[in-house]
Amino acid sequence: MEVLTRIKSLLVAQFGDAAGIAEEQSGLQPALIISSAWLPKVCLFLRDHEETYFDFLSCISAVDDGVAAGTFTMVYHLASIPLKHQLTLKVIVPNDRRLDNLPVVPSVNSVWRTADWHEREAFDLMGIYFDTHPDLRRILMPDDWEGYPLRKDYAEAETYHGIAIK
Amino acid sequence: MEPSPAIDRPYQEALRAYEARLAAIGAQEMVINMGPQHPSTHGVLRLQLVTDGELVKEVIPHVGYLHRCFEKHAESMNYGKTIPFTDRMDYLASMNNSHAFVMGVERMLGIEKQIPKRVEYIRVLVCELNRIASHLIAIGTYGIDIGAFTPFMWCFRDREHIMNMLEWASGSRMLYNYIWVGGLFYDLPVGFEARCAEFIQYFKPKLAELDELLTTNQIFVSRTAKIGVLPADVAINYGCSGPMLRASGVKWDLRRVDDYSVYPEIEFDIPIGSGAMGSLGDCWDRFKVRVEEIKQSVGIIEQCVARLTKELKRTADFDPRALVPKKVNLKAQDYYVRAENPKGELGFYFVTQEKTDIPKRVKARGPSFNNLSVLPELAKGVLIADLVAILGSIDIVLGEVDR
Repeated sequence: MEVLTRIKSLLVAQFGDAAGIAEEQSGLQPALIISSAWLPKVCLFLRDHEETYFDFLSCISAVDDGVAAGTFTMVYHLASIPLKHQLTLKVIVPNDRRLDNLPVVPSVNSVWRTADWHEREAFDLMGIYFDTHPDLRRILMPDDWEGYPLRKDYAEAETYHGIAIK
Repeated sequence: MEPSPAIDRPYQEALRAYEARLAAIGAQEMVINMGPQHPSTHGVLRLQLVTDGELVKEVIPHVGYLHRCFEKHAESMNYGKTIPFTDRMDYLASMNNSHAFVMGVERMLGIEKQIPKRVEYIRVLVCELNRIASHLIAIGTYGIDIGAFTPFMWCFRDREHIMNMLEWASGSRMLYNYIWVGGLFYDLPVGFEARCAEFIQYFKPKLAELDELLTTNQIFVSRTAKIGVLPADVAINYGCSGPMLRASGVKWDLRRVDDYSVYPEIEFDIPIGSGAMGSLGDCWDRFKVRVEEIKQSVGIIEQCVARLTKELKRTADFDPRALVPKKVNLKAQDYYVRAENPKGELGFYFVTQEKTDIPKRVKARGPSFNNLSVLPELAKGVLIADLVAILGSIDIVLGEVDR
């Protein structure tokens, strides 16, 4: 808990209130919520600052908060190998779920290269568009797949290449 | 090459750029497909190579041929029913997968401290047996990749003993569904501990033999030393974990970092790469770390068996299902659990919802997925034959890459 408060005060000292940094203490693993525009800067700071040193990006998860909520949440699990602590970062993006208006989140590929494939997966399955990503193609589904299967309102197609699949 | 039919949809700039790049290769270059049906890709992995003669200029991996919608399935059934699906991710180390998954659910339930010691020791025992089996496959198929047939047969012969033992315990050869939330499917069968001890006695000399056969073999060393060198900073940046990261000299093992289950009570070392045959983090180091890890797992199994036959002996009234919840009742929360699988950090991220035992979201972070993502970086400018050696040393399981 103290680590999180300390990290939060470091971030507020660096970026001020504009980054919209908030704590979420409800769960077993407390998290920091930040606004999406500041994500790459905050991540770079967290990676390079000697007190945080989050050099290892464990996982990026895209979460569909449900049709009623009208938001998607990006969850970043960071770990520090020398300091052995962990951090959860969350970015909440409002979106109207139209397939030609994907939620946009800046890519953290420039901070951790492993984000490349994680973000491609989030784009492929959840339909999150990562700004400045170098190669945002689908990764698990075929290139010509329609829709984003992990969305709660995803409806399976009747046919694929003219073949009935239901 | 025909353009993809999806190319004129929105958000396909990257697909257009990719197809344009391949269409614009130089006159002396050639695009070669390696896989999805290729013996050295260990499953259905397709690598697109841009080659200049024998040199690989660029590798573009295409994954997803084995995508079985694990995450979507997990959103439609309760936690207990998802365990067999986790078995099918890294199907060479099913026990380890379900152990990680179960730990996450138990921590959210707050019962992880109440799990009986005997259950925890059995879990560690079967997980380490499975770790040996997984590393034996890694080593055996790695031998085959670079032309050595004998280690493959030897590894499969010894792995078969483990498969038989785990089948005896769980009823299934590879996909066990043995570790349950709150306990185990059954207690170990009577006589399992003795057979385990017998296996260790049998296996120790075989392992020494296997080690001798490959580790210092001149042909093997010249195919693997100084090939595919992965510096520690690149490994960390690409999210590599497990033997891949340790071979680059980083002492990072979640069994020690997180001290989960009963690992704090067990003595073992964390082998790391030394660069003994060339450079730190080369293919040989990755191979050697796996051999050393098998030796450590043998030690862990001996300690587990010793405790399971002495202070944690089987008793008539012991019920490994005593704590298995009838219904996993969780409040709305989220939790990320990570565990050290044979191939690296396996993570599950749960988002639960109230009044139902069906999760809202389960995200699986497969170690093979991240370890494989470093391949384009490792394989720049190598010979095609070396690419096979590099890919084999990463030790991927496509079931987990594609999930």
